[in-house]
Amino acid sequence: MAEFLTTPLGIFVLIVAQSLLIIAFVMISLLFLVYGDRKIWAAVQLRRGPNVVGAWGLLQSVADALKYVLKEVVIPAGADKVVFIMAPLVSFVLAITAWAVIPFNEGWVLADINVAILFIFAISSLEVYGVIMGGWASNSKYPFLGSLRSAAQMVSYEVSIGLIIIGVILSTGSLNLSDIVAAQKGDWGLLNWYWIPQFPMVFLFFISALAETNRPPFDLPEAESELVAGYQVEYSSTPFLLYMAGEYIAIFLMCALITLLFFGGWLSPIPGIPDGVLWMIGKMAFFFFIFAMVKAITPRYRYDQLMRIGWKVFLPLSLAWVVFVAFAAQFGWFWGAYARWTVGG
Amino acid sequence: MSVADFAFYVFAVTTLAGGLFTVVSRNPVHSVLWLILAFISAAGLFILLGAEFVAMLLVIVYVGAVAVLFLFVVMMLDVDFAELKGEMVQYMPLGLLIGVIILLELGMAIGVWQFADLAPELRQAVAPDPQEVQNTAALGRLIYDDYILLFQMAGLVLLVAMIGAIVLTLRHRPNIKRQDVLAQMYRDPAKALELKDVKPGQGL
Repeated sequence: MAEFLTTPLGIFVLIVAQSLLIIAFVMISLLFLVYGDRKIWAAVQLRRGPNVVGAWGLLQSVADALKYVLKEVVIPAGADKVVFIMAPLVSFVLAITAWAVIPFNEGWVLADINVAILFIFAISSLEVYGVIMGGWASNSKYPFLGSLRSAAQMVSYEVSIGLIIIGVILSTGSLNLSDIVAAQKGDWGLLNWYWIPQFPMVFLFFISALAETNRPPFDLPEAESELVAGYQVEYSSTPFLLYMAGEYIAIFLMCALITLLFFGGWLSPIPGIPDGVLWMIGKMAFFFFIFAMVKAITPRYRYDQLMRIGWKVFLPLSLAWVVFVAFAAQFGWFWGAYARWTVGG
Repeated sequence: MSVADFAFYVFAVTTLAGGLFTVVSRNPVHSVLWLILAFISAAGLFILLGAEFVAMLLVIVYVGAVAVLFLFVVMMLDVDFAELKGEMVQYMPLGLLIGVIILLELGMAIGVWQFADLAPELRQAVAPDPQEVQNTAALGRLIYDDYILLFQMAGLVLLVAMIGAIVLTLRHRPNIKRQDVLAQMYRDPAKALELKDVKPGQGL
C-alpha cells in the first residue's frame, strides 16, 4: 500500500482523496455556517431563528439545500444560456479552488506552493467574473446594475487588501502561508502574532474583506431595497444555491486568511498549550461570528460612501503602512517586531 | 507522455482556441470571455515553465484588473452588428491591402535577418534551479538591485500617462450639486431637526 502511493497513479489518487477531504470539510462547515449566521442574526433581533428541522434546527441548511436542488431551474427567455449557467459555476468552483493552498496545521496543506498568498489573491480577483457574467447574461436591468456595482466594489477593495498583504509579506520575507504562520511562533503566545505589529491593518483587512465578499454593510450588489437582489434576481434553484454557497465559502476563506495572516493560524495563544488544528478552526469560527455580528448590527452604506472609503481612506492608509513596514523591517525598529524573516520564514 | 507534457498540450491548445474564438466570436462579451480563457491558460504555461510568480501576476493583473475593465466597456457598448458588417464590406479592400503590405514588409525584413554569433548561446542559457532560488526572490533581485532605475522610470511613464488621461477628461462644471462629505459627517440632530409641540386640532 505504502509502495503504491509513490507511483504516479498512487500520487494522483492521494491528491484526489485530499482534495475531496478539503471539499467535504468546506461543504459540511458551510451547512453549519449558514445555520450559525441565521441563528446569530436572529438572536441579535430577539427572534428564535431556524428551530424546526432537527434538534435546535441544526438540519435546516440540509433541508434548504435539498429544496434548492429539487426546484425547477428557470432560465429567462432573453438570457445568454451558456454564460447564464456558467456564471454560478465559476463563482462556486473558484471559491473552493482557493482552499487548496490553505494550511490547517503544520504540514496539513494540499498544495504547499511558494506563492500561496498570491494564488489566493489571484483566485479572489477572478471571483468577480461569476458576478459580472451572471449579471450580464440575465439580460435585465437590476442584475446588470448589481453586477456593475459588484465589479467596481471588488476591484477597488482588492487594491487595499493587496497592500495590506504586502505589509505581512514584507515582515515575513515569504509568500508561503505556512512560513507566515511559522514567523508568528514565539515564546509569548498570542503576543507574538502579527495582530500587534500590524494592528491597524487588522481592521482595514477585515473591513476590506467585508466589501470584497459583498457582505453587509457593503452588500450593495444585492441591495434588496434598490435592486431586488442584484445580480441574483433571475437565478433560482441550483444555480442560486451555487451562488450562495460560493459567497459563504469566500467569506469562510476570508476568516481563514485573517486567522493565518494576523492571528497565528494553528498556534496556541497561551504558551505551554499544544498548537493544533483545533485552534485554527476555533479562530476561523470566531471570525465568522464577527462577520455575522457585523451583518446584524450595521446599516447598509451608500454606494458613493463605499467607494470613498475604498479609494480615499483605505488606499492611502495601507500604502503608507507598506512604506512604514518596509522601513521598520529594514532597520529593525521595535525590537525586530517587523523583521521576522530572521526568526521564522 | 508525462503529466507535464499532457498539461502542456492542454494549456497550449486552450490558449490557441481562446485566441481564435476571441477573434471569430460574434458577441463582443463572448470575445472578452474567450480572451480571459486564453490569459488563464497562458498562466498555466508559465507555471509549467517554473515561473509561478509571473503566472500569478498574469492572472492578477491581466485577468483580475485589465480584462474586468475590458468587460465593463464592452458590456456598456450597444453594438449594432448588422451595421458593423455592412461597414466591414466597405473597408475590406483597404484592410486587405494594408495586411498584404505589412506581410510583405515582414517577409523582406526577416528574409535578410542575420543572427549574431552570440545568439544561440544566449538562448541556451540555463535558468537558475528553482530549488535554490525562488523565482519571486530572483525577480526581486533582478528588478530592484540591477535595474531599479529602469523599473522606476517605467513606473513614472505609466503615472504620467494616467495623469494625462485624467487631465484630458476632467471637466469642472460649476453648476452641479456636489456632496460635501465633511458637512454630511458633522451634521447632528440639533442642526437638522426641530421638535414642535403640536396641539390637537390646531396644527402649526
